[in-house]
Amino acid sequence: MEDWKTNRSVFWTLATPGTFWLVLFFLVPLAFLFVLSFSDKAIIDGQMSINDYDYFTGISNYLRSLNSDIISIFMRTIWWSFLATLACLLIAYPIAFGICFAPEKWRPLLLMLIVLPFWINLLIRTYALIAVLRTQGVINSALGFAGLGPFEILGTSFAVIFGLVYVYMPFMVLPLYATIERLDKSFLEASLDLGGTQFQTFRNITLPLTMPGIVTGVVLVFIPCLGTFLTSELLGGTSSWMIGNVIQNQFGPANDWPFGSALSLLLMYATFGVLALRSLLQRNSKGVDV
Amino acid sequence: MAELLKPGQGPLDYGKRRWLQAVFAVTLFVLYLPIFVLIAYSFNVQNRSGVWKGFTLENYAKAWNNSDLMSALLNSLTIAFISTIFATIIGAMIAVLLWRFRFPGKPAYEGAMALPIVIPEICMGVAMLLFYARTGMMTGMTHLSWPFNLGTIIIAHIAFCFPFVAVVVRSRLVGFNRQLEEASKDLGASEWQTFTRILIPYMMPGLIAGALLAFTLSLDDFVITFFTSGPETVTFPVKIYSMVKTGVKFEVNAASTILILITVVATVIAMKFQAPEQSGH
Amino acid sequence: MTDNSLSDAPPPAGTIVSIRNVSKRFAGGVTAVDDISFDIAQNEFFALLGPSGCGKTTLLRMISGLETPTSGQILIDGQDMSLTPPNKRPTNMVFQSYAVFPHMTVADNVAYGLRVTGVAEDETKRRVGEALEMVKLSHLAQRKPDQMSGGQRQRVALARALVKRPKVLLLDEPLSALDAKLRDDMRMELTRLQETVGITFIIVTHDQDEALSMATRIAVMDKGAVQQIATPSELYEHPRSRFVADFIGKVNLIEGRVVGKKANAVILDVPSIGKMEMATKDIVGETAAIAVRPEKLKITKAEPKDAKLVKVKVAIRDVAYYGDTSDVVASLPDGQDLYVTVQNESRDGGSGVERGAKVWMSWEPKDSLLLTE
Repeated sequence: MEDWKTNRSVFWTLATPGTFWLVLFFLVPLAFLFVLSFSDKAIIDGQMSINDYDYFTGISNYLRSLNSDIISIFMRTIWWSFLATLACLLIAYPIAFGICFAPEKWRPLLLMLIVLPFWINLLIRTYALIAVLRTQGVINSALGFAGLGPFEILGTSFAVIFGLVYVYMPFMVLPLYATIERLDKSFLEASLDLGGTQFQTFRNITLPLTMPGIVTGVVLVFIPCLGTFLTSELLGGTSSWMIGNVIQNQFGPANDWPFGSALSLLLMYATFGVLALRSLLQRNSKGVDV
Repeated sequence: MAELLKPGQGPLDYGKRRWLQAVFAVTLFVLYLPIFVLIAYSFNVQNRSGVWKGFTLENYAKAWNNSDLMSALLNSLTIAFISTIFATIIGAMIAVLLWRFRFPGKPAYEGAMALPIVIPEICMGVAMLLFYARTGMMTGMTHLSWPFNLGTIIIAHIAFCFPFVAVVVRSRLVGFNRQLEEASKDLGASEWQTFTRILIPYMMPGLIAGALLAFTLSLDDFVITFFTSGPETVTFPVKIYSMVKTGVKFEVNAASTILILITVVATVIAMKFQAPEQSGH
Repeated sequence: MTDNSLSDAPPPAGTIVSIRNVSKRFAGGVTAVDDISFDIAQNEFFALLGPSGCGKTTLLRMISGLETPTSGQILIDGQDMSLTPPNKRPTNMVFQSYAVFPHMTVADNVAYGLRVTGVAEDETKRRVGEALEMVKLSHLAQRKPDQMSGGQRQRVALARALVKRPKVLLLDEPLSALDAKLRDDMRMELTRLQETVGITFIIVTHDQDEALSMATRIAVMDKGAVQQIATPSELYEHPRSRFVADFIGKVNLIEGRVVGKKANAVILDVPSIGKMEMATKDIVGETAAIAVRPEKLKITKAEPKDAKLVKVKVAIRDVAYYGDTSDVVASLPDGQDLYVTVQNESRDGGSGVERGAKVWMSWEPKDSLLLTE
């Protein structure tokens, strides 16, 4: 690797477009969000341009998020994200494990089968779930043949969590697969050879050594779950709002952008908290890094 | 006596364990069922209750004749196409930059580049909305003629796609033998000639994979598109969103099926280009 | 193929591992091990030797239980353990990659096998201490493996396996990842350990020097089958087949046609040399080969007088000087190259052979061997 001073013209040519784009169309908008979150009032006209707002008038927007409704929605968001992440982990671990121990020529195909749906538009996938979950949908029709139901699935918290698992599962499979694939299988063999049972081997060797992959997967699923608004809006009812729905509402019908900005930033800080926790955990574990 | 193994099967042959195969099969079934139901219904005769009434291509005809839906689809493809070109170029430059140079504050720079990948989409969506509203770009750009009226969405898409491209291309560059570059310069090639004749051909699989990733990310996106499209611009996800909210229409299934097809083809090609690197690490 | 035809001597009393008609076929039709049978006795230092892909590692893994045979039986200490999982077998393995658990200290690594099988903690402590003492690693007990050298990690792997007091210790290419100096130390260390602990060692290696210098008996394997089982010196001096002769040390193979048979001997017509009589007890087909080791060949300027010697006029094609010896490549009249090791006994120009010289090459018939397989 060479020092940037050795070839300044090349350095600046390469650096300028990306840096410009990142700063102007990402960091500056975030800065706007930050500023607006401290503003008391902002008048927004129908053309979606902000005519006027006061800078730094206080932290009233943050104080408003201490409202018990908002706090309970925050708690619900975290709780549901946790449940969805846990479900993803419990399903994805055996899946990733199975793929890693499948014949080598099959592995890319199996992995692709799991990951492929993830590339389909989020809205289309969620829409597809509606057709399966709704009262006259496929599941209830199948249950109907068995003489059961119909059950009201859409609009329940189950539907939202199921939707989150459905939508974000591949995020869990990929890092787990990468970690388990790179795990030297002779560690597991050594444990069995030394008298460990399959369960002891899993608990003492496999689990600690694949912990970095688990942590990465948990972070990759948990963060987008926190920011969900589409899944909870389409699959849940008004009583299953997550924090994303509240934010969307502030920038939409409720038209309270400063409050929405404050909530977005709180969500972002939560994300950074999760990421910080992750790097803390990574530093303490000695497993196979991703 | 402990449980015995089967002849020819080792204790680590988990791939042959029935329960693991069952978990895998059930997961695949649950993952694909909704998608196949959606595709199947795109061939269903339109009806209110949503049960199977018979095979028809009418939904495709309806979708085709629904000029709003078609222009929305065209808009989305245009956005994906233009964003991909820009994101690939910018992302590749950043990849080369980070691969080639040491500079002060590099860890922080890399961290900033990773931000669009890690922060929740909704945060980026509302930040872009606010930015466009505050700078007047939203009103300004949406009155331009096609395809410039899509500018707000395209800019946002480039912003969240190019860091992904940079990651993909950089992982390709890691395997590059720097002596090739030195050899090229030693043989009298200029910086630019070395770049176009040595480095670019080597990067090509990474560039193609990165470009296809950007294309699918752009097509896949709903959240950021939703917030950055102006009141008069209609993109495919936004159009579907409004149609879904007013009930199930099978022409939505037809249009979705087409989009699924485009995405799947792009993804399969992208994975083909990435495959050799995965096996060669 | 039966045990008797391959093994030159019956195994010493007290068989610990008995391989009976074991075959292993992998998915895709590859046969890694093809109907192998032999016995390994208590306290042997037994080597499985062969080129890569000959099935030796698969066989070792089947003894450990990490693979199971497709057919056949593996008896350990008289019990059929063919399908017993590895954690229920009285064998322990030292892996080629050592497989020292990276998230545990050295002491925890060594204690692992005792803890998972419920050995009391104070006994575990004592035995771990002894094992570390034995491999001279007591001072590193609290280290993590990533702070250790390859040689040290291998000692951890050894201690970890030996602390279990297995009936059989399995070693998969134990020296291959070490550098030359460490390899010699470890070789002696392994021999010493085997003598102290009195456990049967089975080692897999592709390196003939390793096998010859450490093992008490060697099974030479090729293409999934055992070619010969014998002591190191027997293998070297009396190889059974062209493959074994060629694999164990350097050898010159001179092919000939069988033109006459006597009781316990054949008459062979060898191009360049002529007809010669070779003693043999084997059934001989149309052709056979004469095997002579390079160091058994003599080079002289004048024709040797001794009528017993086999002699032939050769042209020196190449000479490589190594100080104490020189390797000479000599061409027979029909063009075949033979390798000769010449002792450099005098200081003035060594053996006196030089490139292009026409000299006489000779050997005593008792130093050559007739190979039919």
